[in-house]
Amino acid sequence: MSTLVFLEHNEGTFTKGSLGVLSKAASLDPDTAAVVIGSGVSGLAADAGRYGAARVFIADDASLGAPLPQPRVDVIASLVQAHGFDNVLFGASVLASDIAGGLSARLDAGLNWDLGDLVVDGGALVGKRAALGDTVLVDVGWTSTPRIGLVRSGSFEATERPGAGAAESVSSDVRDFSTRASYLERLQEAQIGPAIEEADILVTGGRGLGAPEGFSKLEELAAALGGAVASTRAVVDSGWYPYATQIGQTGKSVSPKLYIGAGVSGAIQHKVGMQSSQVIVAINKDANAPIFDFCDFGVVGDLNEIIPALTALVKARNT
Amino acid sequence: MKIAVCVKEVPDAGPNRRMDAGTKRLDRSGDRALNAYDLNAVEEALRIKEAVGDGEVVLVSMGPAKALDSIRKGLAMGADRAVLVSDEGAAGSDLVATSYILAKALEREAPQLVIFGQQSSDSDGAVMWAAVADRLGMPVISQVSELSVDGGSVTAKRQTEFGYDRISATLPAVLAVSDALNEPRYPSLKGIMGAKKKPQDVLALEDLGIEAGRAGEGGSRTTVIAVGSPPSRGDTIKIEDDGTAAQKILEFLVERKFA
Ligand SMILES: Cc1cc2nc3c(=O)[nH]c(=O)nc-3n(C[C@H](O)[C@H](O)[C@H](O)COP(=O)(O)OP(=O)(O)OC[C@H]3O[C@@H](n4cnc5c(N)ncnc54)[C@H](O)[C@@H]3O)c2cc1C
Ligand SMILES: Nc1ncnc2c1ncn2[C@@H]1O[C@H](COP(=O)(O)O)[C@@H](O)[C@H]1O
Repeated sequence: MSTLVFLEHNEGTFTKGSLGVLSKAASLDPDTAAVVIGSGVSGLAADAGRYGAARVFIADDASLGAPLPQPRVDVIASLVQAHGFDNVLFGASVLASDIAGGLSARLDAGLNWDLGDLVVDGGALVGKRAALGDTVLVDVGWTSTPRIGLVRSGSFEATERPGAGAAESVSSDVRDFSTRASYLERLQEAQIGPAIEEADILVTGGRGLGAPEGFSKLEELAAALGGAVASTRAVVDSGWYPYATQIGQTGKSVSPKLYIGAGVSGAIQHKVGMQSSQVIVAINKDANAPIFDFCDFGVVGDLNEIIPALTALVKARNT
Repeated sequence: MKIAVCVKEVPDAGPNRRMDAGTKRLDRSGDRALNAYDLNAVEEALRIKEAVGDGEVVLVSMGPAKALDSIRKGLAMGADRAVLVSDEGAAGSDLVATSYILAKALEREAPQLVIFGQQSSDSDGAVMWAAVADRLGMPVISQVSELSVDGGSVTAKRQTEFGYDRISATLPAVLAVSDALNEPRYPSLKGIMGAKKKPQDVLALEDLGIEAGRAGEGGSRTTVIAVGSPPSRGDTIKIEDDGTAAQKILEFLVERKFA
């Protein structure tokens, strides 16, 4: 077997998620290589070796500086064609998912996503995937090679293990259409309020708050409990609350002692950022909301009634 | 401007979502609905068409013939027509096969923009657009939370793990939108009545020149080996609010020493 792992980097460091996939892959397959794509990234090869890569392919070119998927599909597709890797693995991210999807079509190669674990069974890779809002656990396989896999964030710990890390530079012809998207800028967002990772108690608001003003109710409850306020992507994308407070795949991973979700549906991409909370309380008016499948105390009801009443009760108890 | 929107019928929320232990496929026998995330894609297409002042919004889907019942919701919202690829030979298609079929249907339409929803609620893949864009040879921008279309290009804002990016692409292009990009409109009564009369083409694989080996299980490259149950989380207390919920939450918090 031979395996290629895509290593994603931001501001000169690899993401923990992609390093975790590399360590896991190297533990299953000694013939594991990594690929690093970007501009000015040659220096990162040694780091890849420390997490188990026997070989590190580096595509370093000014035109690859922007974190866009399609030129990366071109690079990885030619690597796979040249070296015949059996497995091509990614740690899930916005960039990695878009690369993996494009690569799957380019090579007509099967893609399994949301993998929580990987095992080798009879010489072939098998993925373990929780599906349908984590209500079923599915063993998934591939009927041909290369097998492409996207690993759910947080599934594998990045652990150091020696790998030769022999660097090899690669180049690739980028397809014409791969250059038709242009990266304009990264918008910085100010960090405000207490960092949500530090808080023992997080009161999280979702789109069920109905309007940005709804957050003032949660701020009051959080203040009474001595916690902080967090949010979902839906409300951050809507501009209701700052990105710095977002929990989930593209936000922060938190493990507070208490998580209270109000008007949060509990989508998988949110869940991956808060499932290690010790105690989870959910208030949602939809009895079918997925969050009820993974909370400790769930209330089917209207947050507009319940949150102010709860705040008053907590305050009364405090005095 | 011609805009295609990829929409999918999915099992309705809650207990309707299950896997069939025998076929190891999703059980599609229960209540069904249009994937809620795709309503944002339809809404955005309608807004672009309205802003541009002319054009056509075409819904493109692959699924069982009865999926038209769900797809009509997009027509009721205002889309002009629908194309459904429905064929016994397409059942059980995975990403490789589905993206091939959708790309074939889209090629026939030759739209300037192809818009996808954020994810399908039954697969949670959030990858289909990238595969289709590669097959169409078009640039792709995903997770779009702000969008402007001007002349020959689109500019989008989108969230990644590192904050927000601004990206532009030349047309024709593929977009996948965030569920926070807009608030989908409710179909009016007139829209619902009118939807039935809008063109709804049901195509077989043959109509698109798709060889049998490229669709269904034969055209797929992944397989489900086993279906099991995840470990249960233990004791969940679930109550309906009867006016005492706040008091009950407080008691729970006190018992766990949070208040
Ligand atoms: C690649 C990718 C990455 C993503 N990353 C993230 C991420 O990092 N974090 C994240 O959170 N999401 C992320 N998402 C989005 C995720 O899939 C969901 O769309 C999002 O989490 C939904 O947010 P929400 O729960 O606030 O909104 P919704 O899903 O709209 O849920 C709102 C809930 O409020 C309830 N409600 C409405 N009114 C009331 C009321 N009066 N009282 C009580 N309940 C009420 C409704 O029943 C509903 O369940 C990502 C998606 C993708 C594709
Ligand atoms: N069978 C299908 N027919 C049409 N569009 C689809 C189909 N499957 C997925 N899509 C589109 O692809 C998006 C992402 O789907 P997924 O990658 O399955 O999460 C959905 O929101 C739809 O816009």
